[in-house]
Amino acid sequence: MPTTRRFTLACALGAALVLATAPAAAQSAPAAGSTLRLVPSSDLKVLDPTWTTAVVTRNHGYMIYDTLFGTDAQGRIQPQMVESHTVSADGKTWTFKLRPGLAFHDGQAVTAEDVLASLARWAKRDPMGQRMYGALAKAEAVSANSFRLNFNEPYGAVLESLGKPSSLVPFILPRRLAETPADQQIAEHIGSGPYVFKADEFRPGERAVYLKNEKYVPRKEAPSGTTGAKLVKVDRVEWVVLKDAQTQVNALVNGEVDMLESVPFEHYKALKANPKITVTAAAGGQYLLRFNHLVPPFNDARVRQAAMLSMNQDALLRTQVGIPELYKTCMSVYPCGSPLASNKSLGMTAKPDFAKARELLKQAGYKGQPVVLLHATDNSSLAKLPPVVAQLLRQGGFTVDMKSMDWGSVVARRAKKEPADQGGWNAFVTYWGSEDALNPINYAPLSANGESGWFGWASDQRLEDLRAAFARAGDEAHRKQLAEDIQVRAYEIGAFAPMGELLRPVAFRQGAVQGVLVGSTNVYWNISKP
Amino acid sequence: MAAFILRRLLSTLPVLLFVAVFVFLILRLAPGDPAALIVGDMGTEADIARVRQSLGLEGPLPAQFLHWVGELLRGNLGESYYFKTGVTELIAQRLEPTLSLAAFTIVLAVLIAVPLGVIAAARHGGWLDRALMGFSVLGFSVPVFVIGYALIWVFSLHLGWLPVQGYSRLSNGVGPWLSQLVLPALTLSLVYTALIARVTRAAVSEALTEDHVRTARAKGLAERAVLMRHALANAAVPIVTVIGIGIALLIGGVVVTETVFAIPGLGQLTVDAVLSRDFPVIQGVILLFSVVYVLINLLIDLSYVLLDPRIRY
Repeated sequence: MPTTRRFTLACALGAALVLATAPAAAQSAPAAGSTLRLVPSSDLKVLDPTWTTAVVTRNHGYMIYDTLFGTDAQGRIQPQMVESHTVSADGKTWTFKLRPGLAFHDGQAVTAEDVLASLARWAKRDPMGQRMYGALAKAEAVSANSFRLNFNEPYGAVLESLGKPSSLVPFILPRRLAETPADQQIAEHIGSGPYVFKADEFRPGERAVYLKNEKYVPRKEAPSGTTGAKLVKVDRVEWVVLKDAQTQVNALVNGEVDMLESVPFEHYKALKANPKITVTAAAGGQYLLRFNHLVPPFNDARVRQAAMLSMNQDALLRTQVGIPELYKTCMSVYPCGSPLASNKSLGMTAKPDFAKARELLKQAGYKGQPVVLLHATDNSSLAKLPPVVAQLLRQGGFTVDMKSMDWGSVVARRAKKEPADQGGWNAFVTYWGSEDALNPINYAPLSANGESGWFGWASDQRLEDLRAAFARAGDEAHRKQLAEDIQVRAYEIGAFAPMGELLRPVAFRQGAVQGVLVGSTNVYWNISKP
Repeated sequence: MAAFILRRLLSTLPVLLFVAVFVFLILRLAPGDPAALIVGDMGTEADIARVRQSLGLEGPLPAQFLHWVGELLRGNLGESYYFKTGVTELIAQRLEPTLSLAAFTIVLAVLIAVPLGVIAAARHGGWLDRALMGFSVLGFSVPVFVIGYALIWVFSLHLGWLPVQGYSRLSNGVGPWLSQLVLPALTLSLVYTALIARVTRAAVSEALTEDHVRTARAKGLAERAVLMRHALANAAVPIVTVIGIGIALLIGGVVVTETVFAIPGLGQLTVDAVLSRDFPVIQGVILLFSVVYVLINLLIDLSYVLLDPRIRY
């Protein structure tokens, strides 16, 4: 029968297509040996680490640039490009000497002029940089490999500023690139870091490629956090952009990539149970509910405190993260377990006190006007939280109007200062990496400088004075006390509601990848492929 | 014919102008701000204002539109807000994966669907016909991502025959190119196979009732010749139409498949651009899609002349 033959032919053709390409699948498997293929947590879009606070751009920065100081796994500042430094007796003059042998990828030696130009550009954008340069009288090169910072008054947060682990990181660029105005992106991507960026292989939305910097001179100390020996043990690193969570997991299990920078929570248990895969908790962070301090009803501290009292961290974390070993309740505004962490929270706990919340609302004269809560439905790392927040607020006596939209609309709307019923907002949920919350100068939700501050525009002179005092303080005990005072003040004014902490798991192929450094910042040195 | 082609090409200009104005306005008037996304979560209002200024988003809308159209007329689609790369270059990078996937899919669909449709028509009402039509209902009903994940589970994770994700350019060799495309093309082709098979079955079934077919059979022609030369040839117009529409839909409809299989094509580029409010990229891609739609429709119309000598333009 002719039709039967044709049907058979069609089936045979389909089978032949699959079989004919089977050997090719093996050919297209990832290059073995010295190529590390990893999936970053998001797509690398902006390459200038001074232009955006995106974590993926920061991580790209750590690949190709180096820093004067870094933060180790215990949150301590350690020298990196700097060999030694001295501080004058009056605490106003800081002199730094660079390590010998530092060179950019184009072969030029790293000089004090490069450092000063890089810091000047960074200080135009970064809050800690702005504060430090605001206190600075003069920055000057002493010699080709040393420079000096002269302050108007003793300034204690110099090393914390220069060694801050997260955005914006004071990376060191060649002077010719660092002189690019801070409101323009740099055109070339040359640093003195452990990897060289392969600009010709960069395909936005697909992959970014880095090669080993053969001339990099690592420190002798063991690697820890963003400090110590940045030993590169692979020839090439490929960041493979995979947006779909299931595809990420499939690619890892199938051996097409070596590592996932961030494992989706819903796949954690399955990967954990897979004997070929190692899953380990690494970078962490905290969720928070931010209030708009400018417009009613959250322009009243009592109403903000009522919302704080309505939060149930366990319920929130159980909903969003769902895996007990990956979350914990925490009332410190600094990451729990970090050097400045404190448990002083004005008697508020991680559990709700709806009766007290309702009492505060009564005192504040809250009349039930709707609280506009922004809900980013497409941001999987936050999307489950707002519905729970809305319910908790209702139980605390609020009327809630949850507005669902995409993340792009949330970030645009939260910049609006109009009243909530005129296109503005009252509260939104967000996430901050632990590395960004280590100290009160860098942590934007603790800023209280009004309308020029972070979204929500908290305004409180006392809190700002405490933050300024923290920046000036040199004594560790004094700084710790000030950090605690800042936390208490943040609770008093209801700056934001802490919603607990999470750990983001990293996954890699067991036996195929060794030496992964687990810390608050994702770094890709010290990793080898046996 | 030449006049018809010229007339059709000229008629695309108002369509493209309408698309340009519509896309430009809808993007600017919809909620969302690319500057707010670029500065990141820790940026401040001042940072956003600075980036808006640098992206040229602060001026009045008419001035922004005229600037964009002016550049467009010079062949410049603009530059991505994020990548600082020309939109033309970005589209060029993404064109090959999408065209490969679309072409492979449609070839696969046609190769499978047309014979199936003809067989179903020839065996009208028989078990094969019912089975094929049942399959086509399945093809319409099951979401593409479900098919994709199921095929990945079988052919990649279980059998280990094919890769899970990615795209290998043709310049890297036909083998890797094929191996990366087989699963996504199979996934995507299912719905088109169902669509084309159903239309083919209906068109051939109708053709088989025509007088000339009866005459052909009366002349003693073999059933194969009757089906191919007399029924299928006369049923070609609706089949080609649905294939053409399928191609047009495929160009813009590969988003889910590209996401599931991590193929860096135009679909993913468009979704990323929309989510990140990368206006120049969205505008460029939508204009391209519009041109493709218009051209494919033109080609379909022209093919009618070849398929049916009675049609004249």
